[in-house]
Amino acid sequence: MQNEFTGPRGPKPRSIFRLSNLIVYGTILLLAIYYLAPLYVMLVTSMKSMAEVRLSNVFALPIKVTFDPWFKAWSSACTGLKCEGLMGGFLNSLFITVPSVIVSIAVASVNGYALANWPYRGANIFFTILIFGAFVPYQLMLYPIVIILRELGVFGDLAGLVIVHSIFGMPILTLIFRNYFSSLPAELFKAARIDGAGFWGIFFKVMIPMSSPILVVAIILQVTGIWNDFLFGIVYTRPEAYPMTVQLNNIVNSTYGEKEYNVNMAATIITGLVPLTIYFISGKLFVRGIAAGAVKG
Amino acid sequence: MESVSIKNLDLKFGSVEVLKNLNLDVHQGEFIVLLGSSGCGKSTLLNCIAGLLDVSDGQIFINGNNVTWQEPSRRGIGMVFQSYALYPQMSVAGNLSFGLRNAGVAKAEIRKKVARAAEILQIEALLNRKPSELSGGQRQRVAIGRALVRDVDVFLFDEPLSNLDAKLRTELRVEIKRLHQQLKNTMIYVTHDQIEAMTLADRIAIMREGKIMQLASPTEIYGKPVNKYVADFIGSPAMNFLAGRIENGAFHFGGGVISLDKYDFAEGMAGDREAWIGIRPEHVIVAEGLSKADLTVKVRADIVEPMGADTLLWCVMDGQSFRIRLDGQFVIKEGDMIDVGFSSNAVSLFDKFSEILL
Repeated sequence: MQNEFTGPRGPKPRSIFRLSNLIVYGTILLLAIYYLAPLYVMLVTSMKSMAEVRLSNVFALPIKVTFDPWFKAWSSACTGLKCEGLMGGFLNSLFITVPSVIVSIAVASVNGYALANWPYRGANIFFTILIFGAFVPYQLMLYPIVIILRELGVFGDLAGLVIVHSIFGMPILTLIFRNYFSSLPAELFKAARIDGAGFWGIFFKVMIPMSSPILVVAIILQVTGIWNDFLFGIVYTRPEAYPMTVQLNNIVNSTYGEKEYNVNMAATIITGLVPLTIYFISGKLFVRGIAAGAVKG
Repeated sequence: MESVSIKNLDLKFGSVEVLKNLNLDVHQGEFIVLLGSSGCGKSTLLNCIAGLLDVSDGQIFINGNNVTWQEPSRRGIGMVFQSYALYPQMSVAGNLSFGLRNAGVAKAEIRKKVARAAEILQIEALLNRKPSELSGGQRQRVAIGRALVRDVDVFLFDEPLSNLDAKLRTELRVEIKRLHQQLKNTMIYVTHDQIEAMTLADRIAIMREGKIMQLASPTEIYGKPVNKYVADFIGSPAMNFLAGRIENGAFHFGGGVISLDKYDFAEGMAGDREAWIGIRPEHVIVAEGLSKADLTVKVRADIVEPMGADTLLWCVMDGQSFRIRLDGQFVIKEGDMIDVGFSSNAVSLFDKFSEILL
């Protein structure tokens, strides 16, 4: 018979190498390698000279590390006739992304706030139409927008592209702001009304100070979305206003004799650096914000 | 002039009628409690008075002014919410002064008013803290303070104590009562807790399905409930009801006959009919009082629940579960037989069908 001195006692022993652990961590490890391998290849290739690229295995580390491909990609890689690298495109992307992000978030946050807290006649219909807009394929509207921009006199300019990006960001941003504001306690809004704050007073003094998680989500969504955009960039701008993604495509696709894999790799990493940095800085906030805004419909 | 006056108020959400032709007059300085189970419309009524909901029909007057279309901030009301609703990013002082700042009050004046409110509520030491650094009781004090600084005529409380634990609730209840005695403002207080209602109110309005069933002092509501619903709602443990028939000045039911000589019938309500008799657990007579009873019945103690000050006894009367409240010193155990008595001046009679008080 077991008595209190011989029976199991204290924490149950658990082996780290249990079958379930091996399966879970093994899967995670495999998937991580699968996703990181291309990035690794890009990094090592971008630091090799062309002579080395031709000779070595794609997975091999560079024998002699060189940053020349990076400088070339930034300032002297050729797109068609011009050899100015990605620099111009980077600035264009900056001039497109910053105002688009600011305008779309400014308008969508007010939209979402009005929809969540100031129910007006027809609010539901407006919201339904807006959400429907989120599911219409962009391609359908490409040409009509060309006409609209032409009539407005901004076709080909950065301003035109900013307008397009701001409008296309509206449905999803309005949705997440509305959901976030709906999830805040309604009594807070009531208290502010009794305290005599109006539409804008409540928005700026009560709602916005509580909105940092959802603002972070909106900024990340917009920065990455607009920075990575290729279609609108190539359709609605002239070559001198091309965003970085279009520039990158042109660099990678223009070949005179030998394809400069190392320069192409460097150019691609440089282009992806902005969204990547944003993710690294605010990844945790992003997850928290997504959870805060998206749960309640 | 009435402090708050509600005339024929209707409120509909789509096709659902939440408030139906509701009338209520609140005197200057009166403490009114709106009491009812959830969904009875009590919070809705409070929101209408505050101006946070648009009414479908009817009028609301505060201090003689028709405020039916007036903005909440201009009605002269302050409101305290169940969830405190403090602005999380502002300090306590910021929370207290937000309304004054919106109204454009001068800085020196704001400082004076905030200091006075903080003194009344004893939260001076907390003025620089954020709401997240406060306990539940402190938060609710700040929420009350927010109404206090604005020198409002009418305080509205929407279940302010429901989020607090039992001990703190009792403390703050007393504090709200003290505050009312000190300030002498009109206060309208929504709760589903009958203890809060009984202890705080000058008058209680019992609400059900968007209507006020009875508006009267706590004593009157307890002693003379207008119908069976109110009688059942007020009192803990709840009143016992037995069905029977009134014939020749006596109530006949399965357990016996009670002479109604001492029963105070309402005007024109005497006469033979089917009826309910309502007996409060604490009005059942035992031991030496039995000689004065109009009916004595022997029952068996099924369950005995000692609660300290008193003991609750469950037995069966006329085939129904029946509660009796005894003094805590009374010695009894499960299975004992006991004589219990009823006196006709401590019962309520209700019509069997309309359920109104006879």
